[in-house]
Amino acid sequence: MLSKRIIPCLDVREGRTTKGIKFQNNVDIGDPVEMARFYYEAGADEIVFYDITASHEKRDIMIDVVRRVAETIFIPFSVGGGIRTIDDMRAVLLAGAEKVSVNSAAVKTPEIISSGAKAFGSQCIVLGMDVKFVGEKENIPSGYEIVINGGRTYMGIDALEWALKGQDLGAGEICLNSIDADGTCDGYEINLTSLISNSVNIPVIASGGAGMPEHLYQVLTKGTADAALIASMVHYDNYTISDIKNYLDNKGVKVRKSW
Amino acid sequence: MIAIIDYEAGNLASVKRAVSFIGFDCIVTNDIDVICRADRIIFPGVGAAGTAMKSLKRMGLDKAIIEFFNSGRPVLGICLGTQVIMGFSQENNTHCLKIINGTVKAFTKELHISDDICIKIPHMGWNRVMLSRKHPVFDDMQEKDEFYFVHGFYPVPDNLNHVLGVTDYGIDFASVIAYKNLIATQFHLEKSGRPGLGILKNFCRWNPC
Repeated sequence: MLSKRIIPCLDVREGRTTKGIKFQNNVDIGDPVEMARFYYEAGADEIVFYDITASHEKRDIMIDVVRRVAETIFIPFSVGGGIRTIDDMRAVLLAGAEKVSVNSAAVKTPEIISSGAKAFGSQCIVLGMDVKFVGEKENIPSGYEIVINGGRTYMGIDALEWALKGQDLGAGEICLNSIDADGTCDGYEINLTSLISNSVNIPVIASGGAGMPEHLYQVLTKGTADAALIASMVHYDNYTISDIKNYLDNKGVKVRKSW
Repeated sequence: MIAIIDYEAGNLASVKRAVSFIGFDCIVTNDIDVICRADRIIFPGVGAAGTAMKSLKRMGLDKAIIEFFNSGRPVLGICLGTQVIMGFSQENNTHCLKIINGTVKAFTKELHISDDICIKIPHMGWNRVMLSRKHPVFDDMQEKDEFYFVHGFYPVPDNLNHVLGVTDYGIDFASVIAYKNLIATQFHLEKSGRPGLGILKNFCRWNPC
C-alpha cells in the first residue's frame, strides 16, 4: 500500500530560500541545497522548490540550484514557478528535477500541459493550481475559482473543471494550493481537497495552511489527499518530519518510516 | 566500468549521479562497443514502451542488451527498463526484448485499495517490497524499507520463480524480477534514498555465478 507523502516546500528567490506569508513579507531562511539535504536526511518523501525569482534573466540561478540539489539528495523533487515554455521544462528536468510544475502558464496556455506530457511523460508534469473560495456562481459551479499572480487575478475558471481538464491534457499529478489557507497555519482547505481528489484519478498534493500534525491527518484522511505540502511548521523548527510521521502513524495513516 | 544504456528514454543522469555518489565509475552511452566491453550494465528508462523499443531497435541496442545478458555479466533493469525486458507490453502493444517471458499490463481503475477507494494511476510514491527469497543484491533490505515508484504498467512474468519481490497496489504485482545474472526493479533505486542506494551498491559489487 502506498504511503502518504510528506513534502517540504522551499520558496527560492535568486538562489536563496524564503517562506512567504500569503505571498508577502518573504523572509530569508537559508540555502536551498543545504535545506534540501537537511530534509532528505530528516525523512522528507519528496521536496518541492518554488522559484519566486521575479526577473527572467536571473532564472539560470535556479537551474544551478537544481543541479546541485540533484547531486545531493536521492529522492524525487519538483520545481515550479515561472515555467512558461517547453524549454523551461527541459532545462529544469535536465538539471535533475524529477517533475516540473506549471501553474499560471497552463491557465493561459493549457496546451503546455499536453506538449509537456508528450515530450517528457505525464509523470513529469504537475499541474499547480492556486484556488480561492468565491461561493457558487454560474460560471463557478463548485464555488472554487482559479486565481493567478499570487491570488490577485481571478480567472473565471472553475477549479474542479480545471483539474479535470488538466488531467485530460496529461498532467500526472495536481498540487492544489488554497490561497485562503496559505500561510495561515490554521489547517488545509479540506472541502476543496476532498472535492478535487475524489474527482480526478491522478494523485493530489494538498497545499496551504499546515500548522500542526493534526492538519495533515485531516487532509490526508478526510481530505483524501495523496500527499501534503508543509513549509512553516518545519522551516521554523516547530516540528520535525519524524514528529509529523509518528503522529500520523499513531493515528493509522500509512507513512514511510524507514529512511 | 558500468555502462548505463542511453536510448533517449528519460533522465538517465539521475542514475549516473547515484552510481557516482556511491563511488563507482560509470558511463552513460549508446555505443555498442563500449556496452560490449562493460563489466555490468544498467538499463533504466522513463516513458512509453513503444517509443523505447523503437529507439532500441534503431540504435541496435536491443541485440546488444540481449547479448550482454547472455554473456553472464550483471544486468540491472530499472522502471521502464524492467518492462522492456519482458516479452510483450500492453503499452502501445509492443513486442519487447523477451529476456523474461511474460506480459506488461496496465493498472486499471477497477483495482481497489479498500471497499470504497479505487487506486489512482499512475502508482506514484513510496511503497514496500516483500521478498519471496534471499538474493545477494537485496541482502541489506529491511522489511520496513520503502521505494519510490512512478508507473502505470507492471510486469507479469509467466514463471513465478522469476518474481523476487512483490508490492501491493490494488493487487500484488512483481516489483523485483531476478533471473540468473539479471535483476530488475519496477521502482527507482536512484530515487529511493538510503535503501535504494544500498541495493544499487550491492548490484555494483554483485558477481552472479
